[in-house]
Amino acid sequence: MTELIIIGGGPAGVSAALYALRAGIGVLLLENGPGALTRAHRIENYYGVTAAGPDLYQTGLAQAAALGADIRHEEVLSIDYTGSFSVQTAAAIYEAPAVILATGTKNATVKAEGLQRLEGHGVSYCAVCDGFFYRGKQVAVLGSGVYALHEADYLRHLAGSVTVLTNGADGAAARAAGFSTDERRLQSVNGEEKLSSVTFADGTTMPLDGLFIALGTAGSSDMARKLGAMLKGRFIGIDADGATSIPGLFAAGDCTGGMLQVAKAVYEGAAAGSAAVKYLRTAAAQA
Amino acid sequence: MALEVNTNEFKKEVLEAAQPVLVDFWAPWCGPCRMQAPILDDFAKENSAVKIVKVNVDDNPELAAHFNIMSIPSLLVFKNGVKVNQAVGLQSKADLAMLVK
Repeated sequence: MTELIIIGGGPAGVSAALYALRAGIGVLLLENGPGALTRAHRIENYYGVTAAGPDLYQTGLAQAAALGADIRHEEVLSIDYTGSFSVQTAAAIYEAPAVILATGTKNATVKAEGLQRLEGHGVSYCAVCDGFFYRGKQVAVLGSGVYALHEADYLRHLAGSVTVLTNGADGAAARAAGFSTDERRLQSVNGEEKLSSVTFADGTTMPLDGLFIALGTAGSSDMARKLGAMLKGRFIGIDADGATSIPGLFAAGDCTGGMLQVAKAVYEGAAAGSAAVKYLRTAAAQA
Repeated sequence: MALEVNTNEFKKEVLEAAQPVLVDFWAPWCGPCRMQAPILDDFAKENSAVKIVKVNVDDNPELAAHFNIMSIPSLLVFKNGVKVNQAVGLQSKADLAMLVK
């Protein structure tokens, strides 16, 4: 039985899994390939190990699998919380009373003038939270992956029109899903009190009421923000045990900020894994 | 505890209030709003000089539109009938204290 869902298969996620598994907790680990470790050709500053990042990633997953983790290669799109958690991936929906976010940090960002200033005033990072305010309006989703299409699909039922802005990427998948696309690069986001338009690199402008940012995959911060966990800047706020402000939701590794190091991720994973075990046991004792 | 206010009551309860008013625009379907509620209640207990008001945007869309609410939770501070501060997204107790200052 799945008692704990861990999202992310890097050092933080696997370390959390090891501690939970050894305590007899049923773990489902959802991973979507090595993130920052892909870029680490050779890790030489981690105790007792010299290895290439992608190799370390595979070794870690094998270690968790050997202890009985259910490991699935699936991209997570969203999490819902109603006392327990339901995690939606591109393939299925999984339920568990506790979740550990360990997806690392996103490298997909966009530099467009005005983006930050208009956040909450036409620029949104959450279709489920803010879609309501754009009924019948002209909106766009910035992104080109499965996550962007997931957000666009939610908005399709509310907004007057939804355009997928791919910012230079191929928009074929979005068009196949029935969305109009614009593949030009974004230059700036315009508006005084609220968003009125976006300008592309070629200088042309598109009028818009809402712009939903969904670049790359859904990051830990995106998921935490939608659930209503307290953030610390663009990172997830945790206590010393890795607990977020939502009961049963923990976070570990790069997504909590600080040193972007394997050593830190491994420690935070261990702390979050142990805290999740304690949380689940306390909850079971009270049931 | 926060006072739930609708469009008709807004003028009397917020704009004409003698003390500073912190207004939480929220909806029951919004995850961060559900997390904001207990923080707001906690804040209310420690800040009796500030009046805490909640506006359900589902039931009062015209109020939300009037104040250009495009993301919730949105927390607005009113003093003497004028909006003096605003924050979007989940706010901690410390954030709220800064907001009403």
